[in-house]
Amino acid sequence: MKETPLSNCERRFLLRAIEEKKRLDGRQTYDYRSIRVSFGTDYGCCVVELGKTRVLGQVSCELVSPKLNRATEGILFFNLELSQMAAPAFEPGRQSDLLVKLNRLLERCLRNSKCIDTESLCVVAGEKVWQIRVDLHLLNHDGNIIDAASIAAIVALCHFRRPDVSVQGDEVTLYAPEERDPVPLSIHHMPICVSFAFFQQGMYLLVDPNEREERVMDGLLVIAMNKHREICTIQSSGGIMLLKDQVLRCSKIAGVKVAEITELIQKALENDQKVRKEGGKFGFAESIANQRITAFKMEKAPVDTSDVEEKAEEIMAEAEPPPEVIAEPVLWTPGTAQIGEGVENTWGVLEDSEKEGEDEGGSDEAVLPDDVKMDTAEVSNVGSQDAPIVLSDSEEEEMIILEPDKNPKKIRTQIVSAKQEKAPSKKPARKRKKKRIVN
Amino acid sequence: MAGLELLSDQGYRVDGRRARELRKIQARMGVFAQADGSAYIEQGNTKALAVVYGVPRGIGGVRSRALPDRALVNCQYSSATFSTGERKRRPHGDRKSCEMGLQLRQTFEAAILTQLHPRSQIDIYVQVLQADGGTYAACVNAATLAVLDAGIPMRDFVCACSAGFVEGTALADLSHVEEAAGGPQLALALLPASGQIALLEMDARLHEDHLEQVLEAAAQAARDVHTLLDHVVRQHVREASILLGD
Repeated sequence: MKETPLSNCERRFLLRAIEEKKRLDGRQTYDYRSIRVSFGTDYGCCVVELGKTRVLGQVSCELVSPKLNRATEGILFFNLELSQMAAPAFEPGRQSDLLVKLNRLLERCLRNSKCIDTESLCVVAGEKVWQIRVDLHLLNHDGNIIDAASIAAIVALCHFRRPDVSVQGDEVTLYAPEERDPVPLSIHHMPICVSFAFFQQGMYLLVDPNEREERVMDGLLVIAMNKHREICTIQSSGGIMLLKDQVLRCSKIAGVKVAEITELIQKALENDQKVRKEGGKFGFAESIANQRITAFKMEKAPVDTSDVEEKAEEIMAEAEPPPEVIAEPVLWTPGTAQIGEGVENTWGVLEDSEKEGEDEGGSDEAVLPDDVKMDTAEVSNVGSQDAPIVLSDSEEEEMIILEPDKNPKKIRTQIVSAKQEKAPSKKPARKRKKKRIVN
Repeated sequence: MAGLELLSDQGYRVDGRRARELRKIQARMGVFAQADGSAYIEQGNTKALAVVYGVPRGIGGVRSRALPDRALVNCQYSSATFSTGERKRRPHGDRKSCEMGLQLRQTFEAAILTQLHPRSQIDIYVQVLQADGGTYAACVNAATLAVLDAGIPMRDFVCACSAGFVEGTALADLSHVEEAAGGPQLALALLPASGQIALLEMDARLHEDHLEQVLEAAAQAARDVHTLLDHVVRQHVREASILLGD
């Protein structure tokens, strides 16, 4: 399915709100959505929820022969997939640009920054090394896929345990998990991506954009850092023009955010470790019981209502009074009255054949607020106006100005044709069966 | 490569340059007669070729992709199989080439005045003949010259350069040896007049405190590249006007 286009009014609303430093979900400009990490029964399986964006990460390992030019290093392989359940726009053939971008960013963030010690993955130099494969699946897309995916990847890697291996001379023994406890991977540091969305040519920036904000943003800057304030990756995308001090400011904000997120991850890992050690229940099944996976619960956000009354009074005092509404009924003809000001009357479509000599011909009068003042007495005068009154540009409303010498009955049926060359034969097709109040 | 000293005590790099020195840049515009615009650039040993097919060509065939208010910029990056030390299997179509193409497109969409040519397509093809570090920068510089050769209006030159960081000093214009050593590498594409960054990309660990220094080194190097490219363009125009008999 093609992505539903964003309407102009929604776009304008979002941009205006951002200019006033307001976000739709009530966050501040530098706030993250709530992050939840839950683990599965196997080691290396986790689900990360960033607001409503959900990513599932799974790590697996295999003994393979190493690459020729890197004989003593293990192999790391990352794969992010945009599942079709994440968003209707994700289809097997359509995703390539976004997919390439996300995958490359993840690869660079996790592989080039050397967060995993690949030398420790070597079993027999030149012959057998561990190949660690991280598979990430996006389950729900609500913006900021890259942050959620990077958190899921690093959490899964931290959580994963590989089988123990021992080498005696030429013999390599691989122990099953029951024989010897699996061994965790040696992770030097935890790089976490932080996304900054830019709006209005770089004037406003937001951290952790959600899906709507991503649609209206000009561009994205992703900075991956670890808690030691080392920058692992920077990537600007989307064609925005940045200035050097903007980049530096973003890196400072990223430092703060990464520290918070790393703490959260450590806590989650420790909790899971504790639960497993104590023999308690763990895994997704346990999380489901707490309604953490299947239910999309809306969180209660505290709203500050202390000064609502004063604010309301202020607003009312400053606002202009609503325009006066004249509620007199206007009598068009005997038996027909109009109450209230309509804008354009779109009821009924004019048809030439119907109108000729017909009292009840459906006439399409585009009644502008100015014309409301007209009453019955003036109806006959309107027909005497020579200049064509183009009351609307709509092609569906045709109004032909009557000549003054037509009989009074026909005057009611004012028909002005905005475009004279319209073929009469087209009209029956566009006749709308609507109630007609006039005439 | 652990024993290789990237920056000696006297401040010389592996190839004898100083920390902020660029490699020798040579460029030619108008290399191909068939294309609307073409350019060839050599940055040290990195050789890149760029070809532009642009305005007034309309979109051929895929009409639905035409944008009603601006031109579509399409970039393709390809590196020859003989460009690296080991023979490459796939010259294009792999993830890295796709990503490069996307980044080039992003860079040039921001720089070219696409509003002037609605419903048309500008194709930029870049081919790397020899990759000795700084391939992205060489591609961007070559593509800038090619776009100028084609006469497509741009906001400003787009000049790019890579930068790295070794032992407390920022290096400009990395060669392959320096890139392979595994230190942080930054690629920056800049519009020199306004100092706006069109694309910023960085790999490997760099402490936040050093970021400013590296950014500044890359920006200065990009401005130096701009001086050179400007000179090349003027030279080319002078030659062309001589031939036309002005």
